[in-house]
Amino acid sequence: MSLPISITVAQKAGPKLTATALGVVLTVLVALPLLHLLPADSAMYVSAYTLTLIGKILCYCIVALALDLVWGYAGLLSLGHGLFFALGGYAMGMYLIRQSAGDGLPAFMSFLAWTELPWYWYGTSSFLWAMCLVVLAPGLLALVFGFFAFRSRIKGVYFSIMTQALTFAGMLLFFRNETGFGGNNGFTGFTRILGFDITAAGTRAVLFLATVALLVGSLYLGFKLARSKFGRVLTALRDAENRLMFCGYDPRGYKLFIWVLSAVLCGLAGALYVPQVGIINPSEMSPTNSIEAAVWVALGGRGSLIGPLLGAGLVNGMKSWFTVAFPEYWLFALGFLFIVVTLFLPKGVIGLLRRKSS
Amino acid sequence: MKRRPLLKSTLAASALLLSGLFPFTVQAAETIKVGILHSLSGTMAISETSLKDMALMTIDEINAKGGVLGKQLEPVVVDPASNWPLFAERARQLLTQDKVDVTFGCWTSVSRKSVLPVYEELNGLLFYPVQYEGEELSPNVFYTGAAPNQQAIPAVEYLMSEDGGAAKRYFLLGTDYVYPRTTNKILRAFLHSKGVADKDIEEVYTPFGHSDYQTIVANIKKFSAGGKTAVISTVNGDSNVPFYKELANQGLEATDVPVVAFSVGEEELRGIDTKPLVGHLAAWNYFQSVENPVNSAFVAKWKAYAKAKSLPGADKAVTNDPMEATYVGINMWAQAVEKAGSTEVDKVRDALAGQTFAAPSGYTLTMDKTNHHLHKPVMIGEIQDDGQFSVVWETSSPIRAQPWSPYIEGNDKKPDYAVKSN
Amino acid sequence: MPTAVCRFFLFLILLLPLASHAGDAADFAAASPAKQAKLLESWAAAPDAARLPLLEALQQGRVAADSDKTPFIENAGRYQAVEGAAEPVGSPRKLRLNNRLRGLIASAMASHQLLADDPAVRLAAARHLQKSAKPAQLGLLDARVASEENQQVRDALSLALANLQLVDSNPAVRLAAVRLLGETGDPLARTRLETLLDPAVENDAGVRTAAETSLAQVKRKLLIGELLGQAFSGLSLGSILLLAALGLAITFGLLGVINMAHGEMLMLGAYSTYMVQIAFQKLAPDYLALYPLAALPVAFFVTAGVGMALERTVIRHLYGRPLETLLATWGISLILIQLVRVLFGAQNVEVANPYWLSGGIQVLPNLVLPYNRIVIIGFALFVVVLTWLLLNKTRLGLNVRAVTQNRNMAACCGVPTGRVDMLAFGLGSGIAGLGGVALSQIGNVGPDLGQSYIIDSFLVVVLGGVGQLAGSVLAAFGLGIANKILEPQIGAVLGKILILALIILFIQKRPQGLFALKGRVID
Repeated sequence: MSLPISITVAQKAGPKLTATALGVVLTVLVALPLLHLLPADSAMYVSAYTLTLIGKILCYCIVALALDLVWGYAGLLSLGHGLFFALGGYAMGMYLIRQSAGDGLPAFMSFLAWTELPWYWYGTSSFLWAMCLVVLAPGLLALVFGFFAFRSRIKGVYFSIMTQALTFAGMLLFFRNETGFGGNNGFTGFTRILGFDITAAGTRAVLFLATVALLVGSLYLGFKLARSKFGRVLTALRDAENRLMFCGYDPRGYKLFIWVLSAVLCGLAGALYVPQVGIINPSEMSPTNSIEAAVWVALGGRGSLIGPLLGAGLVNGMKSWFTVAFPEYWLFALGFLFIVVTLFLPKGVIGLLRRKSS
Repeated sequence: MKRRPLLKSTLAASALLLSGLFPFTVQAAETIKVGILHSLSGTMAISETSLKDMALMTIDEINAKGGVLGKQLEPVVVDPASNWPLFAERARQLLTQDKVDVTFGCWTSVSRKSVLPVYEELNGLLFYPVQYEGEELSPNVFYTGAAPNQQAIPAVEYLMSEDGGAAKRYFLLGTDYVYPRTTNKILRAFLHSKGVADKDIEEVYTPFGHSDYQTIVANIKKFSAGGKTAVISTVNGDSNVPFYKELANQGLEATDVPVVAFSVGEEELRGIDTKPLVGHLAAWNYFQSVENPVNSAFVAKWKAYAKAKSLPGADKAVTNDPMEATYVGINMWAQAVEKAGSTEVDKVRDALAGQTFAAPSGYTLTMDKTNHHLHKPVMIGEIQDDGQFSVVWETSSPIRAQPWSPYIEGNDKKPDYAVKSN
Repeated sequence: MPTAVCRFFLFLILLLPLASHAGDAADFAAASPAKQAKLLESWAAAPDAARLPLLEALQQGRVAADSDKTPFIENAGRYQAVEGAAEPVGSPRKLRLNNRLRGLIASAMASHQLLADDPAVRLAAARHLQKSAKPAQLGLLDARVASEENQQVRDALSLALANLQLVDSNPAVRLAAVRLLGETGDPLARTRLETLLDPAVENDAGVRTAAETSLAQVKRKLLIGELLGQAFSGLSLGSILLLAALGLAITFGLLGVINMAHGEMLMLGAYSTYMVQIAFQKLAPDYLALYPLAALPVAFFVTAGVGMALERTVIRHLYGRPLETLLATWGISLILIQLVRVLFGAQNVEVANPYWLSGGIQVLPNLVLPYNRIVIIGFALFVVVLTWLLLNKTRLGLNVRAVTQNRNMAACCGVPTGRVDMLAFGLGSGIAGLGGVALSQIGNVGPDLGQSYIIDSFLVVVLGGVGQLAGSVLAAFGLGIANKILEPQIGAVLGKILILALIILFIQKRPQGLFALKGRVID
C-alpha cells in the first residue's frame, strides 16, 4: 500500500492501456446524451430511461470517489456521506421547487398554512445562490463536524459511528414536516430548470454532460492530489498517524481539507442527481445508503481512483438488473457480494484486475 | 387536438413498420402488458407484497375468463425496493422499455409523488389502491383507495354519536408524514365546525418506526381524565404493534378510550395478539368479515390462491381494504378497455368515467365521472379477538370522494376534475 | 278486607321483580342499542343477584340470540337458554355490542358485585364505580355505604359516592364530598374539582375554597405519579436499549468486530421465541403461558450457534481489519433478513404476551406499571450479572479478556485463541438472542426488527466506552432516562435528534466514552 493503486496499475499495465480504456469510456459517456437527441425511432436512439439510469449511476460514482478520498487515502471511514449528498440535493431541490411553484409558495408549505418562506429559503429562487448552497451546506457542516472531530482525535470506528449518528439525526430532522423541507415526501414534481423544460431531451443531455464533466473533474483533482505531497501525507496519516505527528506534521489540517472537499463533491453530485431522478427525500440520508456507498468503494478497491467508480457502477448496475430479473434474490446476491469481496478481494475489483495484468 | 390523429397515424405506421421488421413483436402484441409496481423488499415489503400477489391473482382470474379484448394479460412485476427514486426509475422502465398499458402500484404517498411526473410526462396510466391524503388529482392516476372524506370524517362522526361513545375530546396521534398531517388538519377543521375547542384536541406525531409509546400512552391517559376521549390514530405500519401493546398493558381499554385507526387492517393485525384490543376501531371501505356472496367468493379465491402459490403464511391469509381496491381497480380497468375497444390511455380514461363494478364490499362501486376516485361506502369495524373486524356502523350508500377537502383553505378554488399537476 | 287487599298487593309487589327479571335477557336481546343502554343503566341502579350470570355472559361476549330473539348463553359451542329451557331456532348469532354498551355492562356488573360475599370483589367493584357511577346510582351507593361492613370497601364506596355528591343540593354534603376527594390521587377528581372553582357552577364560597385546597392536594399526588411514571419509563427504555446492546458490547466491544449483523441476532432471537410459541401451541397448549421461559435457552443456543458458524466461516478471517468486518457483517445481515423474509414472509408474525406479561399493576391512580416492562427490567439486570460473572469469574471469561487485550501474548501462554474467539462471538450472539426474546414481548417481530435497534446499540456501546460492560449499562440507562425526560418537553422526534447531537458532542469531549480503558498502548 505504499502507492495509490491506480498509479501502480498505470505503471504496471502501461499507461497506454489505461489511457485507451479511459478514452473509450469517456467517448461513450459523451456520445450517450447526444444519441438521446436523435428522434425516438432511430436505431441509435438512447432512451431517457437509459440516460437517467446511467446519469444516476454516474452521480453515485462521484460519491464513491469522494468517499474514497477520505477512506482510501486518509483512512477515515465515513458512514454519513449520504447526508452531504442529500444536502446538495436539497439545495438544488429548493431551487427547482421554487421554479415549479412560480411566484407562490411550494405546495407543501401552503399546505402547512405557512404564509411566507422560512428565512433559510431566502434567495433560493436564484440559481446562483442555490449553487452556492450546494457547496456551502455540506461544506460548512463538514467543516464544523470535522473541526471538532479531528481536534479531539476521533478516528477509526468511533468516527464511523459518529458520522452515522450525524446522518441519522439529519434524516430525522428532515422527516419532520415543520423543518420546512417537505417532510417524508421531500421535493418532487420539478418542471423547469433555468427556464428549460426539465423533461426535454436537450435538458437531459446537458445535465448528463454536466455529470460527466464533474466526474472527470473530480477524477482529475483526485489524481493530482494523489500524486502531490499532500496525497503522500494523507496516505502516511492513514497508515501511521502517530508516527506522522512525530515527524512534525499536524494531521488536523490535512484531514479537515480532504474531509470538506469530499463533502462538497458529494453535495455537487447530489445537486446533479436530483434533477435527473426527479425526487429528493430524507431517505437519501438513511444510514443504509451511506453504508452502501462504503460498499461500492470497498468492492471497487479503496485507495485507488478508478476502483470506486467500478464498484459504484457494478453494484448499481447489478441492482437495476437483479431487482427486475430476480427481485426476491437481490439481497442474497448483494449480501454474498459483500462477504466475498471482503474475504477474497481485500483490494477490490481493481486489485483483481491488477493481479491479472501482472 | 388536431395533432392527435396525426400522432396516432404515425404511431400506427411505425408500429406496422416495426412489426414488419420484427416478427416476434407481433407475438408479444397478442398479450396486453400490465405493470405491477410494488416493493417486494425493504421496509414497505410488509404491506406491498400482498398487493402484488392480489394483482397477480386478479390477472389470472381475468385471463381464465378469456382475457381482455380477446388477449391475455401479461403481468410485468418489478421491485422498486422501497426506494423512492427507484420507483420513478422503474415507472419509466415499465412505460418505455416494457411498454405496459397500465400500472397497478405504489403504497406510500411519497412513492406516488415520485412516479407522478413520469406518468404525466409519458401519458401512462396508474391505479393507486391505498387510502391517502387527497390534495392531488392527476389525469394519469386513478385512485381506488379512500380520500379523507371517505374514511376519516365518517369515523369521527361515529365517535361523536351516542353509540360511538359520544367523545368530547380527541387525541390525534400520527406518524410524522403527509397523510397523518393532512388528515389531522382536515379533522381539526371538522371538529371546530362541530364545536370542539382547541383545548380538547391534542395532536402528537412520532417519527417513523417509533417503538416506545410509554410517554404517549401516559399522556393519552392524562388527557382522557378531562372528559370522554377518543384517540384517532394515523400511526403507520410497524409502530402499531408497540402502540397497541402499550395501550393494553397500561390498562387503557376500548370502553374508556376507544382508538380508531386509519392504517390498521386485517394484514396488520396478523402480527398482533388482538385479545386485549377488542373494541378498538378501524375505519375502512371494506372488511374481510363483510357478509355477501361476492365477498365470500373473493375471500375463498384469495385463500385458495395463497395456498396454491404457497405464499408465506398462506394458512392464515387475509384480505384487506387495499387488496380489495387493487382487485376492483384491475377489474374496472379491464371493463373500461373492453368498452373503449383499445388499451390506449386516453380512450381508457374516458371509458373509465362512470364505470361500475360489484365489489366485495357488497356495494356496486362507481368510478366518478370526473374526479378519478371511486364512490365508496365507509365502514367502522371493531377489532375482534380472532384478528377480524365486525362492522358496527356503515354508510347507507357509497359516498363521493373529495380529493380537495373543503376543510383546507384555498381548496374551494381547485377544479374538481383532473388536470396535470404542473 | 283491607288486609286481604294489602296482602294481594304485597303479593303483586313481590311478584313484580320476578316477573320483570324473568324477561331481562329477552328484553335486552330484543331491544335496540339505545334501549339496551337504558336497560343497563336501570339495572345498574337497582342490582339484582339473579341477573349476575347474564351480565357475566354479556361481559364475556357469550350472549347470542336466535331468529326469534330468544337469548342464549354460549358455552363451549353449546347454547343454553338464559330463561326457561328453549331450544335455539336456527343457529343463534352473538349479540353485537359496542363500546358504550360494554362500558355500561361493566358498570352494571360492578353494581351487582357490590352484593357479592367476597370483600375483594366488592372492593374492586367499588373502585370501578369511582370512575363510572351515574347519578341514577346515588341511592344505591348511599344504601351500600350505610350497610357495608368492610372498612376498605366502605372507604372506596364513599369516594364513589362523593363524586356524585358534588352536585348535591346541600352545601354541607358538597363540602364533605370535596374534602374527601382531596385525599385521592385520581386524575378524574382533578377535573371534577376544577369545574367547582367556577362561581357559576358552585355558588357556595366555602365549598369553592375547599375545592381549591383539595385540588392542590390532588395535583401534588398526580405530580408524584407522573414523575414516578417518567422515571419508570426511562428505566424501561434503558433496559430495552441495554438488552439490545449487551451482545454488541461483547462482539464489538471486546472482539472489535463491527458487527452490523448484531440486529439480526436480535431478530433471530425473536423469531426463535415465535417458533417456541408455535411449538407450545401445537404440542403443549396447557403450558403455553410458559413459552417465553422455554424460549430463552432456545433463542440463546440458536443465535449462539449461528454466531459461531459465522465466526468460523467469515469473521475469523477478518480480525484486525475492523472496518472490513463492517462490510462483511452488513452482507450477512442482508442475507439473514432476506432469508427470514423468504421463510416467514415479509409480514410481522404474532407473538402474544402470556397472561403473566399482560396488563400491569396499578401503583397509584395515575400510574400503571406494565408487567412486561417490569419483567424486562429485571431480566436485563439478570443478563448483565450473568455476563459479568461469565466474563470475570470463569475460565472462558479470563481467556476472552486475555485474547482481547493481547492476542499474541495469550497465544504464547497457550490460550487457544481461535476457540476463544468462536466461543466469545457465540456468547455475544447468544446474549443478543436473549435480548430478542425480550424485544418480542414489547414490539414487532418482523424481518426488519434488528434494523431499528442497530444504531441505538452502537451508540450505547460507543458512549459507554468500548470494552466496558459497566459503561454500556450506564450509557443505556442514561440514554433511556434522558430520552424520556426530553420527550414530553419537545416531542419524540426532536428529542431523539437532540440526544444524537448530545452524543456527538459528548464523544468530542471524551472520545473513549464514559469508561475509558486505561493503557499506554500507541500504534
